[in-house]
Amino acid sequence: MGQTLFDKIWNAHRIADTAGGAHLIAIDRVFLHERTGAAALRRMAETGRKVLDRARVFAVMDHIVDTRPGRGDGTLMPGGEGFITETRAATHAAGITLFDVNDRDQGIIHVISPEQGIVLPGLTLVAPDSHTCTQGAFGALAWGIGSSEAEHAMVTGTLRMERPRTMRVTFSGALSPGVTPKDMALALIAAHGAGGGAGHAVEFAGEAVRALDMEGRMTLCNMATEFSAMTGIIAPDAKTFGYLAGRPHAPEAFDDPYWSALHSDEDAVFDHDITINAGTIAPMVSWGTSPEHTIPVTGTVPQGPERAHDYIGLDAGAPLAGTPLDAAFIGSCTNSRISDLRRAAALLKGRRIAPGIRKALVVPGSLAVKRQAEAEGLDKVFEAAGFEWRMSGCSLCFYAGGEGFPDGSRVISSTNRNFEGRQGPGIRTHIASPETVAASAIAGVIADPRTVARAGEPA
Amino acid sequence: MKPIATITSPGVPLLRDNIDTDTIIPSREMTSTGRTGLADGLFAPWRYTDAATRVRDPAFALNQRDAIGTRLLLAGKNFGCGSSREHAVWALAEFGIEAIIAPSFAPIFKGNCLRNGLLPVELPEEVVRGLAWQMVEIDLDPQTVSAGSERWHFDIDPEAKTMLAEGLDAIDLTLKQKPAILQWLANDRCTRPWAYLEKPT
Repeated sequence: MGQTLFDKIWNAHRIADTAGGAHLIAIDRVFLHERTGAAALRRMAETGRKVLDRARVFAVMDHIVDTRPGRGDGTLMPGGEGFITETRAATHAAGITLFDVNDRDQGIIHVISPEQGIVLPGLTLVAPDSHTCTQGAFGALAWGIGSSEAEHAMVTGTLRMERPRTMRVTFSGALSPGVTPKDMALALIAAHGAGGGAGHAVEFAGEAVRALDMEGRMTLCNMATEFSAMTGIIAPDAKTFGYLAGRPHAPEAFDDPYWSALHSDEDAVFDHDITINAGTIAPMVSWGTSPEHTIPVTGTVPQGPERAHDYIGLDAGAPLAGTPLDAAFIGSCTNSRISDLRRAAALLKGRRIAPGIRKALVVPGSLAVKRQAEAEGLDKVFEAAGFEWRMSGCSLCFYAGGEGFPDGSRVISSTNRNFEGRQGPGIRTHIASPETVAASAIAGVIADPRTVARAGEPA
Repeated sequence: MKPIATITSPGVPLLRDNIDTDTIIPSREMTSTGRTGLADGLFAPWRYTDAATRVRDPAFALNQRDAIGTRLLLAGKNFGCGSSREHAVWALAEFGIEAIIAPSFAPIFKGNCLRNGLLPVELPEEVVRGLAWQMVEIDLDPQTVSAGSERWHFDIDPEAKTMLAEGLDAIDLTLKQKPAILQWLANDRCTRPWAYLEKPT
């Protein structure tokens, strides 16, 4: 019987089995951020343990760092500056590479790791951040862990793991115009539940996945954690190697035969198989307080948990499109890359956001993305439309007690979580693609991006 | 880590599905890089009618008289989903919770429980519902949950069971295998040189 892509990488990293039957898995890269990585570094310093191979550990300031222009270490989050200064001191003491607040290459962990060529096909990569699965887009086994496990990985170069089951999610056919990888992920979670991937490493496959560019693949894999999967992974191909070629930490050539074998064998058997016809997917928008509470933008709110209806303020049977909005957010490790910004800007060009939108932010995923966008004039398009143009970071994907949306806001957001209070106490979040955020910000209500023609196109 | 043998406690029900770690401990309650001082912020959005003044919501399960001193939480499917923040487990443990029974757990949260001596028990939804406000006994060695005259068996990975039962520190345990790890790395460096990086300057 053939092996899955997951099997091949897992087996190549299986150092030994523990007495309890778990596997000791070699970890090739550890990436930290100042929110949860700081706790791991602090414990390591307290216990006197040392990083086994500091060349393979990286850290970045992304979660707490301010995104307002002219930023320093200061942040509106109470106590926030302490995370930044502690992380800086701890990474220096540990001798690991830090992408600091205003370093040229700073950005969201899962945006800069590929930009720097830190993630590579066939590696294992972990970070104390649930969205580490984003990096599975490169054919790496990449998953989120806690701070204690991050310390374990840094100190021992390994993790003690129970082998997960395997699942293949095949998107057959082709996406319709105006439908994006974000909509693919949301459609999967809406159909199979926020816990649908629990206990599984998920491989995304099929024509519609192969057709995605690397940034689209990252968006799809990013949401694997909202499906409760251990990770998402996509077999590397010419696009993958082409993206990584010439990146600072990437090898000079991808000539190891190991790489050409990084795909599931024809006769590989998965524990679970799901197939979705990509052509049937519409732009998706969440209506409730879990990513599984998601429907096509043209749909009506279904009956869900009473608490979700109460929190979000929408009754069953209400049409989602046309719901008035107060704020809009484009950013996060899900949708903050240059292609996301280009697509949103194409809709916003020559238009203004509706008067009811009291706060609208665009937060590029990295300073490199920001520079590229500015070179293309996208910043001017966003600002002319009424969006604020920010420095890179996680920003208002979550509320940390500092900057927030106006009280009681209903936000259309290109982020990954619509949990109660995620973007602030009482803030109601609707997650969607950057296109849907842009179209809705123009309309002032939740809107179908397919009905808003791009500049120069007939309506 | 304190070894676990038996946990006896009333089961306090929070029987919603998909309770996320942002709700268990909101980001704004995590104000230092330490692992303590978090119990007060546990379930802050639900426990308090006003998180700023800490006025308690009498309707919330953990604020009920019968919940005083509880060590056991009962939850819905996919408990602990969302952010990987281990602070969720640290907050629960500091509050006094020693076990959670739910139909399923999100994987990162479950891993964090095991590294902090918190016992995650998976039982069918209808069984979990039936345990609400009952005096429940969990015995780790025979892997049983009992309430009244009823008893259920639960599954747990042998590795996880040993770690919890003996209160083991995973890093100490793995460091005992350091020679094997170093040997593996030396071999791997020859077969996959591209996976290794130069030391930062």
